[in-house]
Amino acid sequence: MRIDDHPILGEIPKGPEVSFTFDGRSLTGREGEPIAMALRAAGVLVHRFTAKRQDARGVFCAIGRCTDCIMVVDGRPNVRTCVTPLKAGMVVETQMGLGPEPGRA
Amino acid sequence: MQRYELVCVGAGPAGLAGAIEAARYGAQVVVYDENERPGGQLFKQIHKFFGSREHRAGERGFDIGQSLLEQARELGVEVVLNATVLGIYEGGELQIRQEDTIFPVHGQKVLIATGASENMIPFPGWTLPGVIGAGAAQTMANLHGVRPGKRLLMVGAGNVGLVVSYQMLQAGCQVAAVIDAAPAIGGYGVHAAKVARQGVPFYMSQTVLQAHGADHVEGVTMARVDDKWQPVPGSEQSLEVDTICLAVGLNPMTQLCRMAHCQTVFVPALGGHVPAHDQNQETTVPGYYVAGDVSGIEEASSAIIQGRVAGLAVAHSLGYLSDEDFAAQQQEQLQSMRGLRHGPFGQARADGKELLARSVQEARQ
Repeated sequence: MRIDDHPILGEIPKGPEVSFTFDGRSLTGREGEPIAMALRAAGVLVHRFTAKRQDARGVFCAIGRCTDCIMVVDGRPNVRTCVTPLKAGMVVETQMGLGPEPGRA
Repeated sequence: MQRYELVCVGAGPAGLAGAIEAARYGAQVVVYDENERPGGQLFKQIHKFFGSREHRAGERGFDIGQSLLEQARELGVEVVLNATVLGIYEGGELQIRQEDTIFPVHGQKVLIATGASENMIPFPGWTLPGVIGAGAAQTMANLHGVRPGKRLLMVGAGNVGLVVSYQMLQAGCQVAAVIDAAPAIGGYGVHAAKVARQGVPFYMSQTVLQAHGADHVEGVTMARVDDKWQPVPGSEQSLEVDTICLAVGLNPMTQLCRMAHCQTVFVPALGGHVPAHDQNQETTVPGYYVAGDVSGIEEASSAIIQGRVAGLAVAHSLGYLSDEDFAAQQQEQLQSMRGLRHGPFGQARADGKELLARSVQEARQ
């Protein structure tokens, strides 16, 4: 899903490749890009399931406004993955409902 | 507490232009933005802008953003990123959050340039992953170099829907169709023509009935609407898409304005509830200004002009600009603004702005 050669932008600058885990699976992304972009590029669309109806949710606004893309990152719930930069070794998990209570994950 | 002559909220085109203009005449200015990068939505605008040369037509949004940033830097404007303005109170006090700390600052004048958020339309399946805002598609492709999907449907044939459709083609996505509930294309003909020339079908008087898929979008059912906006039975058609982009308008992000007790007026042509403001972009709260989409949905070019007008008014009220110089500079900007409000949509926005200015007058009496 990555754009390698853009007709207007040319080569889009990207950080070095880093590894992280998604629900225990090892994936790679570019350091500094939003976590959600690394997931999208790896084919992951579902970020969380809602508390009441367990509906799947993913990226909606991509600018940190709607909070639909929140996940559990390094044990911390409700992290807006569309505006949180990816770092090497991050542990990213699908969030169920409101997620684990901080500190108890 | 840190004190400034002007505090701008938002480092998009309006906030930066306001900061630049005030700083140019000597004001001490800070700009706060909650994002990691400045420029608001400008750096996603990879198309050439419209208007005349004075509106920087022919230039792409990211170049305009870059030059605004350079000017701000040269003039000594402090731009603070990853800084969310949590509150604005009476007397020019603001609360800022950076990471896990919260601190107050004081602005003798305040410019609120918080922009807008995207509208959405609800239909069964609209919360499925794969239904995104058109702005999200733009952010993903143009800023991060990631395609939002392989094959998408664009809902909305206004300028945003048209421009983003073309940008998705440039990003290497397929655009299955552009639809709009209105009977005619709302955006500029030249944008529509570029998309149509790529063979993308346009369906007018068409709405989404349902998005299909278990945990992400796999298809969509649409139908024609009658003149009362009701789906016509038997006109349903389905498309295989993995992404549905909603380009159905924007609404001003007025939370901070309302917190500051700026009076708002409902003006549909400007996107909904809009803070009343006068010709100087000053709200019903003296010393509090608005510019850009938060003061009524228009375009980046208008946002820049409004920011300049607000910056000039701030410089004037702080005593940095004489009455005559201010009047001359302001006239030039207002003239330039009139050049951007052509056609029936432009007229409706101009009328809306007049209504807002009258509301300020009434509130001050």
